[in-house]
Amino acid sequence: MRLKKIFTFVLFIVISLTNISSSYSLEPDIFVQSTVNRASNALNNKFSKEEKIEKLKSIAKETVDINGIGFYTLGSYRKNITEDQKKEYTILFERYFLKSFASRLAEYSNPEIQVNSKKILNKNYTMVSSILVATEQRPEVKIDWRIYTKNPESPLIRDLIIEGLSLARTQKEEFSSIIENNEGDINALFDTLKQFIKQ
Amino acid sequence: MKKILITSLVTFMLTLNVNAGTDGQNNLSKKNPTDVKDCFENLNRATFALNQGLDKVIFKPVAKAYRGLPSPVRTGTSNVLVNLSSLVTIPNNVLQGDFKTAGVNTGRFIVNTTIGILGIFDVANKMGFSEYEKEDYGQTLGVWGVGSGCYLVLPVLGPSTIRDTAGSFVNIMGGDPYYNVSTHGNNEYLDKSDYMLTKTITGIDFRAKNLESLENLEKNSLDFYASVRSLYLQDRQRKISNTQKNPNIEVLYEGDWEELETQ
Repeated sequence: MRLKKIFTFVLFIVISLTNISSSYSLEPDIFVQSTVNRASNALNNKFSKEEKIEKLKSIAKETVDINGIGFYTLGSYRKNITEDQKKEYTILFERYFLKSFASRLAEYSNPEIQVNSKKILNKNYTMVSSILVATEQRPEVKIDWRIYTKNPESPLIRDLIIEGLSLARTQKEEFSSIIENNEGDINALFDTLKQFIKQ
Repeated sequence: MKKILITSLVTFMLTLNVNAGTDGQNNLSKKNPTDVKDCFENLNRATFALNQGLDKVIFKPVAKAYRGLPSPVRTGTSNVLVNLSSLVTIPNNVLQGDFKTAGVNTGRFIVNTTIGILGIFDVANKMGFSEYEKEDYGQTLGVWGVGSGCYLVLPVLGPSTIRDTAGSFVNIMGGDPYYNVSTHGNNEYLDKSDYMLTKTITGIDFRAKNLESLENLEKNSLDFYASVRSLYLQDRQRKISNTQKNPNIEVLYEGDWEELETQ
């Protein structure tokens, strides 16, 4: 009888833990749709432009792997910088990213995005495919999302691929161009980022 | 004489391109657009600045005015231009061995030119023809394995590569039936100025469709020249790979991201 009780208790614990684990794992396509819905609410015309920007920044901080994108964007230069430079870059990049990202998105009002499918690339990445629904002003736009799933409980956006054009890749090549045109001096990139943030 | 000169120029450009590929650039460029070298960067940046000036004074205001036209007029104009572009797309479908798409595009051209009144109405789309994708001789050269060669910024025309510029010359060497008819057709309906006008309107139509996105890109770029170069090369890579025809998610440049995981 006692053995049966212990067995039932252990079974209960196992089932509970399994449930907890599965309920906290967030599917990348659901994560994208929920993020898009949040952004769409933030872009509602009842808010001022400044309010929209603040709301978008807050959503981006929770859903985008800003540090990961920052180091991807540095390309091979990230291997040759000091710890102090890394720290400075992390701070600068986050401020640059949030300003640039929010300013780009704040121009849109009530964008309608439909999430269509997903493709698991490996344990770290899933691509989610979506469509920005056409309006009278612009045609339909295909947007793919690179979702970083190393921690399945907390997926993060690492790239947007708009009609086949990767935003992270474009930024990486832009940064690389700035560094190369200043004889490989990464401080030139830091100065450019500072100027952009100040604007 | 003019044809000989153009043929020599194209041959020279492609030869130069093959030479540029001997350092392994061709193989890499199939995977990674950044491996396309910007051999003439200083000159390209100067031409880019000139183009930006022309854009500010001429193209942008004209594109804004064009935007002011009633929507059906713009849609009709755009449809006519797309329909004309299929005269270059169809031979390129054939040259790329894509006979099925060549057949579909020929059907589309016939339907839209006749029932669609010279292409003003995209009747084929409403009849359920598959989505139209433009092809050009630069893309065909890419599909054949010709490397892109150095990146170029052409005055007025904008971003290109040696391969894509050589591909454009094929249009005026007999590769574009519309050019042949309007320039050498010896007919009373079309002449060279019609061809030039069509190309100009194509440019204005493109600019008008991208007014906000280019303005947004310029405003948020740290190096606008480098951003445009990256976007152009990614776009060409995608078109040559024909990934846009594939409804599934296609992933390019995966290695870069995996590299980040190993840091």
